[in-house]
Amino acid sequence: MRGRDDEWTDLMRSANAGDSVAYHRLLKSVTPVLRAGARQGLSRAGQPPDQAEDIVQDILLAVHLKRQTWDANAPFAPWLFAIARNKLIDALRRRGRRIFVNIDDFAETIPSEPPAETLPTVEISNHLADLPPRQRDVLRSIAVDSVSIKNTASKLSMTEGAVRVALHRGLASLAAKLRKD
Amino acid sequence: MDTDRLIQTLAADHDHRARPVSTQLAMALLVALPVAAAMLLVTLGIRPDFMSAMRNPFFDTKFLVTLALAIPAIVISVHLSKPEASLGRWVWLLLLSPFILIIALIVEMTMPQRAPMMVRIIGKNSSVCSAAITLLSLPILGGAMIALRHGAPSRPAVAGALAGLMSAGLGATFYAAHCADDSPLFVATWYTLAALVVAALGAAVGSKVLRY
Repeated sequence: MRGRDDEWTDLMRSANAGDSVAYHRLLKSVTPVLRAGARQGLSRAGQPPDQAEDIVQDILLAVHLKRQTWDANAPFAPWLFAIARNKLIDALRRRGRRIFVNIDDFAETIPSEPPAETLPTVEISNHLADLPPRQRDVLRSIAVDSVSIKNTASKLSMTEGAVRVALHRGLASLAAKLRKD
Repeated sequence: MDTDRLIQTLAADHDHRARPVSTQLAMALLVALPVAAAMLLVTLGIRPDFMSAMRNPFFDTKFLVTLALAIPAIVISVHLSKPEASLGRWVWLLLLSPFILIIALIVEMTMPQRAPMMVRIIGKNSSVCSAAITLLSLPILGGAMIALRHGAPSRPAVAGALAGLMSAGLGATFYAAHCADDSPLFVATWYTLAALVVAALGAAVGSKVLRY
């Protein structure tokens, strides 16, 4: 765990210095751990694990939008797991379950690989349709169709700057909608 | 949307990096404090004998008490904006202001009194005081909330209450320049009442808007 935590901290430091490859690697690396923690938390609350992936995505979105609150002199893992717990508690509360989130649900899990048949995630996709048109089109293009920012700009006849703004606002609106559920 | 694509999308948005909450809060206060100051100057104004009042230690103590509330509350608010943070021992910092106030109360008790206790509590302006501090705090609370929304507090109501104490402390610092009542008894009664009202308001608003 020690080595993993240090690696995350280093990746996030590089990410803060502007290295988006390190950032991508970091998110990839934390996801299996978040997935295992979300499943464990759901099963502890007597819930089927089929919403785990929605919770993982909710956590990733919060990590992304709140990453300025991470203190570069502190280890990354406690920060990450604090967000993960908060989102897991939120998810269970929204589903009307009694809340029992073990402090170690995330910290001591074995990373779980994505299940063979990918579990459907519904929340983000559902909310995508309700975004303002420009944010929706940009997010669909980049997140669903995997088109680059540059090509999205020419496809939608927008400047790259405008695409970036719409992308960021779209992600922030998605997070707000997930919160309101 | 599958998770890999979401991750790709987040990485594509990595160029957008928000400023730290401390910077956001500093910028918000830079806007909100002049607003509160202007509100005071336009409505109540500064007390006419401001310069001579500065020679009265009890007048100066009011600023000490209000800033001893505001500054720790600012520090703790920034601390609480981190998801893994809790109030813990930081809460002790909030006792600084009441501590100074209690010392001032004791000092005043030991002095020969010209006015009876109830007169000192009611003062000249008690009906205005708490309401004015509360109103002066509102623009500051608004600015603080906007800034703290960039944070990720684990307990939004607590973070909101701290924002309320920060705003009340700063609002009261301005009001103290108008306030003609210098008795620590007056401050302990009406300033405290206002701080509690604004803290409760901050907690109520914070529990809604500071969730992440």
